[in-house]
Amino acid sequence: MDAVIEQFPRLLDGFLKTLALLGIAGAGALVFGTIVAGFRVSPVAPLRTFATVFTELFRNTPLTLVLFGFATLGPYLGARSGYFVLAAIGLTLYTTPFIAEAIRSGINGIPVGQAEAARSIGLNFGQVLGFVILPQAARMVVPPIINVLIALTKNTSVAGGFFVIELFGSSRDAINARGDEVIAILLSVAAFYLVVTISLGIIAGQVEKRVAVTR
Amino acid sequence: MSVLFDAPGPKARRRARIISAIAVVAIAGLLAAVIYTLAIPRVTAAGSTLPGLFDPSRWDVFNDRAVWRSVGAGVLNTLRMAGAGALLAIAIGTLFSFIRTSSHAAIRVPAIVVLEFLRGMPVLLMMLFILLVFQTGQYGAGVLALGLYNGAIIGEILRAGIAALPRGQREAGLSIGMSVLATRFRIEFPQAVRNMLPIIIAQLVVLLKDTALAYVLAYPELLYTMTKGLPNFFGGRYLYSFFFVALAIYLAMNLLLSWVARLVARRTAPGVVRGKPRIPRRGVHPEGDVDMSRVPDAGMGSGGVSP
Repeated sequence: MDAVIEQFPRLLDGFLKTLALLGIAGAGALVFGTIVAGFRVSPVAPLRTFATVFTELFRNTPLTLVLFGFATLGPYLGARSGYFVLAAIGLTLYTTPFIAEAIRSGINGIPVGQAEAARSIGLNFGQVLGFVILPQAARMVVPPIINVLIALTKNTSVAGGFFVIELFGSSRDAINARGDEVIAILLSVAAFYLVVTISLGIIAGQVEKRVAVTR
Repeated sequence: MSVLFDAPGPKARRRARIISAIAVVAIAGLLAAVIYTLAIPRVTAAGSTLPGLFDPSRWDVFNDRAVWRSVGAGVLNTLRMAGAGALLAIAIGTLFSFIRTSSHAAIRVPAIVVLEFLRGMPVLLMMLFILLVFQTGQYGAGVLALGLYNGAIIGEILRAGIAALPRGQREAGLSIGMSVLATRFRIEFPQAVRNMLPIIIAQLVVLLKDTALAYVLAYPELLYTMTKGLPNFFGGRYLYSFFFVALAIYLAMNLLLSWVARLVARRTAPGVVRGKPRIPRRGVHPEGDVDMSRVPDAGMGSGGVSP
């Protein structure tokens, strides 16, 4: 136990980095994911194709490979921003298609009559999506999106393998410093992750209850 | 035809053409910039000049049979870990789905706690824990962590499948005198597996992808072989060539398995007779689309806790 107390500042530092990665990549993925979902259902064929190809590519590439690409190809291509920013960009790009798919699944879940009614009163595509479909879809997609964010929390640990000292990286450093207390250190790191994932899970449950629409 | 927009008229077609042109130019420009940056020769830190990525001298290593043997060994190691992990995950998932749906709280509650713990944990942390605490070696740690984590997810998928069955199925089983366990095993479970098969296969794609996490443990799977082992032996100037080949192999494997998941989804979708949809459905998912938002971890890999 004394090892955990001794290494606590280091782990806390890592935890804050994990939270920062979660915040940046989560916000970025929400913005880009909405855009990609819009592309995916848009009337313009090249945008649809782009969104589909982007989604399939990133969903079928291991995150480890994506982050490796950013950590090594990034500097080679002239990025001078440091590994934290590169990892944040990589996590954003990897998470975007999952958010987009969650939103698209919400769009698909809206009864057809809503879109037909919107079109029949003369709204164009942007208005149909922005005023009628997305506001209804938004309530249904909150729980799946929180699920994606929970997965993102755990995925930030992969950044620890690529020169970012977040929670997983700091736990490796802590183990190197105190090899005699491996179990205690790893369990306390697990507790840090559970604090985030379980509280997000509880929020998802509450939101689902509050926004549930009975049709 | 989407219900979200009308059939385009002349003005909308013109606008779509303009947007298309801009989009194509933007994407092509971005790709061209990346390709150009990769293609120009550059001076390394050591002072020597490294030819561009598309120069034959960056790729000639693939003429060497030994390279392909190493690539094959890497692919085999990845598949070995994924295969063993998948078997373990299916076994654990089946077990969890039975324990989790037990009618005795004394059996059910500990199972829920264990499941939530496993699902709230990064797979990477689990791998490190098993590697350091149980001294299993990298392969054992990878298989166990992938099996435990994905087993928890598959257990949850199967539980949802059992819960979604009409109540009459269970009642019918009990009413003809089958025991609770026999009803679960012979009536509910087979139907749940059949309904959930596409999602389970989709989860196995996630498992295959997650074998790349073993890179961090220095297990010689595909990514490690391609970005550490081979470049260390043949020289760092081949690193990006190896990297892009690894990317292509991963995409090929995962897209193939995703395609199988879609095929199964199309075959087993409700209202399907001999592989052809009987009723055209509107406002729901297109036939054969595996809706990953139904998976507890949204198919993202390390996973999420479903509320």
